[in-house]
Amino acid sequence: MKIKVLYFARIKEAVNYSSEEVDLPETVTSIATLKQWLSLRGETWNRLFNSEQVVRAAINHTLVDNLASIQTGDEVAFFPPVTGG
Amino acid sequence: MKILVQSEDFDVSDELNLLRQSSSNIGAMVSFVGLVRELYEDAIETLTLEHYPGMTEKSLHEIAQQALTRWDVLDVTIIHRVGTLRLQDQIVLVAVTSAHRHNAFLACEFIMDYLKTQAPFWKKERTQHGEHWVEAKSIDDKARQRWERKN
Repeated sequence: MKIKVLYFARIKEAVNYSSEEVDLPETVTSIATLKQWLSLRGETWNRLFNSEQVVRAAINHTLVDNLASIQTGDEVAFFPPVTGG
Repeated sequence: MKILVQSEDFDVSDELNLLRQSSSNIGAMVSFVGLVRELYEDAIETLTLEHYPGMTEKSLHEIAQQALTRWDVLDVTIIHRVGTLRLQDQIVLVAVTSAHRHNAFLACEFIMDYLKTQAPFWKKERTQHGEHWVEAKSIDDKARQRWERKN
């Protein structure tokens, strides 16, 4: 299943790019499993998704939790807690 | 409803005049302006705001719509700036009109509390000692959560 993944703020700086198209294996169907799968990419990614710093997620511009399921063509975004206003 | 995300500055007086002229039923207009302020521990040089184009506008629309549904308010304007700002610059304007002040005060505060915890903006401060991302504050989450208990 192909999806688009976006990164913002300190997460974008850590991974060093802002977006990518990824082709997910069948086992990756939710935000939680996507985080686990991305964590396997190496030290930076593992630290990003498994530290105490909170990583929030959105699917198609809506904030979601770890249990949210991912569909083909979705735009998934990862970012730190927001600090606007 | 007017929702804008822009790098340019805004004129509060112009925005309030526009809003005021939108209906003859307006008896109260409440506005909030957020500014870039000095830090206690360090001198701030610039504040840069990043956002998630598309989601930001959607999020602000949803927050304004919730306020319109929840209180008897007539109209809402939200303008939020992005890009690099300096000390004392305007960051955000929220303005609400209603027949009576009570609803306008509540709706304006509700919008700011939700904006600060839900809308995808991120602040990065630059001081003479370098750059750092601003951490989210739990006091802002608590401010939003108190609206969930009511109603």
